[in-house]
Amino acid sequence: MYPKWLWPVFALPGVFWLILLFLVPFYAVIGVAFGGVDPVFQTPVPAWNPLEWDFTSMSETLAGFLPGGEYWSIFLRTTEYVAIALTICLLVGYPVAYYVSRHAGKSKSILLALLVLPFWVSYLMRMLAWVNLFSPTGFVNEFLIWTHIAPHPPDWLNGNPVSVILGLVYGYIPYFIMPLLAALDRIDKSLLEAARDLGASPSEAFFHVTLPLSKTGVLGASVIIALPMFGDYYTPNIVSGSPQTSMIGNQIDIFFHGGPQPSVGAALTLVLSLFLAVLMAYYMITISRAQREAQA
Amino acid sequence: MTEAVVRSRPVTVRSPLRRFLDWARNPWGRPRFLVLVTWLYVFVSIVPVLVAIQFSFNAGRSVTAWQGFSLTRWYWGDPVNSVWHDPTLQSTLFQSLKLAGLDMLIATPLGVMLAIGLARWRGPASGPSNFLMLFPLVTPEIVSGVALYLVILYLFTFIEPGTIAQVLGHVTFSLSYVVVIVRGRLFSIGRQYEEAAADLGATPWETLRLVLLPLLMPAIFSSLMIVFAISIDDFVISQWLSCGAGCDTIPIRIYGATRAAPLPSVNALAALMVYFTLAALGLAYLLFRFMTRGERPGQGGHMVHGMGGGL
Repeated sequence: MYPKWLWPVFALPGVFWLILLFLVPFYAVIGVAFGGVDPVFQTPVPAWNPLEWDFTSMSETLAGFLPGGEYWSIFLRTTEYVAIALTICLLVGYPVAYYVSRHAGKSKSILLALLVLPFWVSYLMRMLAWVNLFSPTGFVNEFLIWTHIAPHPPDWLNGNPVSVILGLVYGYIPYFIMPLLAALDRIDKSLLEAARDLGASPSEAFFHVTLPLSKTGVLGASVIIALPMFGDYYTPNIVSGSPQTSMIGNQIDIFFHGGPQPSVGAALTLVLSLFLAVLMAYYMITISRAQREAQA
Repeated sequence: MTEAVVRSRPVTVRSPLRRFLDWARNPWGRPRFLVLVTWLYVFVSIVPVLVAIQFSFNAGRSVTAWQGFSLTRWYWGDPVNSVWHDPTLQSTLFQSLKLAGLDMLIATPLGVMLAIGLARWRGPASGPSNFLMLFPLVTPEIVSGVALYLVILYLFTFIEPGTIAQVLGHVTFSLSYVVVIVRGRLFSIGRQYEEAAADLGATPWETLRLVLLPLLMPAIFSSLMIVFAISIDDFVISQWLSCGAGCDTIPIRIYGATRAAPLPSVNALAALMVYFTLAALGLAYLLFRFMTRGERPGQGGHMVHGMGGGL
């Protein structure tokens, strides 16, 4: 019906765009990370030929991740923040997704609309809202004083790790709930009915049927928010701005915008990408294994 | 039988007070706990934004203490500090709209063609290309930002950081969203309409223009609107490719303002962004509904899937 060459021709401009502005830029990061530094101006000299790669800044960067190294504490802190934020997302997000998927009934469509709404309010707008609420004269502190829970409320916005973690949760939890909700919706309801018919109590049916079947959904949703959380630098900057709470993304941001060391920044970006690629690969392997088990 | 009647009676005649007391006696019973958590979550996720928008209508200069209602002061009423009269705020508004407009005009046609091509092209490079298309969706923005920043600094040196670089960056991350939306529509319309047209004597060009393009129109319109929405909300790519104050977009300006003592005009700027995004999405939804009216139900789901699924 159509000539055979038509479809590749359609795809070509877009594929070229992605090669030129996605793959080549990524190679530029590699080139700068493995490049040298100009002895006079201290500016990076990228090495495009893999044979000319200089591994000094990369090995220094990697050494920094060892215990006691330059990035060790920042890496630990990043992992800790992301892990705690993920746990809170799970504890809040799972009940919400479960309720909307199973028990919402007539209010399901309105709840879905309300859950999607934060997707379409800019992340920065939501952070601005959060900062307004937590500012020293904001509603949160006024509430704490008014109810006498804390007559001298803490300073939330200057290096308070609690605010950074809550900011991360507030920013990313919508992206956790929606995929989890989709995964819970996909669970075959007849399996639950079978469990109930065979005498399982509601909680037994939940723990033995729903929870195991939603494991891949939880994992997928966690990966979806863990990847951007590991690269986040604006949330800690907005709600804290203190080196006490800086994450790995802040370190990269500082190397490019605050200091003359783009090659170290590039090496750090590369390490972060590799770490996230490993995370992604682990997820893909788990998913394909789960699919194979489901088919067997 | 009698037991069921006796048990069901109090449920039907319970007064609101009685229902509240029953509820208060056992707030942890399923699924009341879930109801509570869900509505609390919805409240916490949305109310801060509403409060921030409310303060864009504050009559005074505070973003935390309510000093009376003024509809226009921080939008255009104040002769010095309002969004319209403060040149730095006005320029960020126009920069955001300019980027979103150009992004729409470039990413949508490019993405529509890429989606059709990837869905139908069977060749040695089609698999890797499909794979490549997914990468921008899973790459953390800081990595794409650093990569684009370094490539224009050291390799594509003919591109200066600035509006052109920002547009190139925005198109790169928007492309995959267009592909996801259009591909869903392509699969839902199938190929039978085009085959019928070809059987009836249409040339390939006529089939493309008179059959496939009109059928894709709903997806094209929703792509336009969603590209607008994600472009106007973007912070990281715009910041890394910025040329300084002249290239600041609304999110960059908000980012700068949160660390200083902000005026409600920043809230007004942020609120404008919310209005634009919601208007674009409302328009996309209505147009999609209007253009797919009369089709079998269930197909509109592709747009919803495309809107949420890609994220």
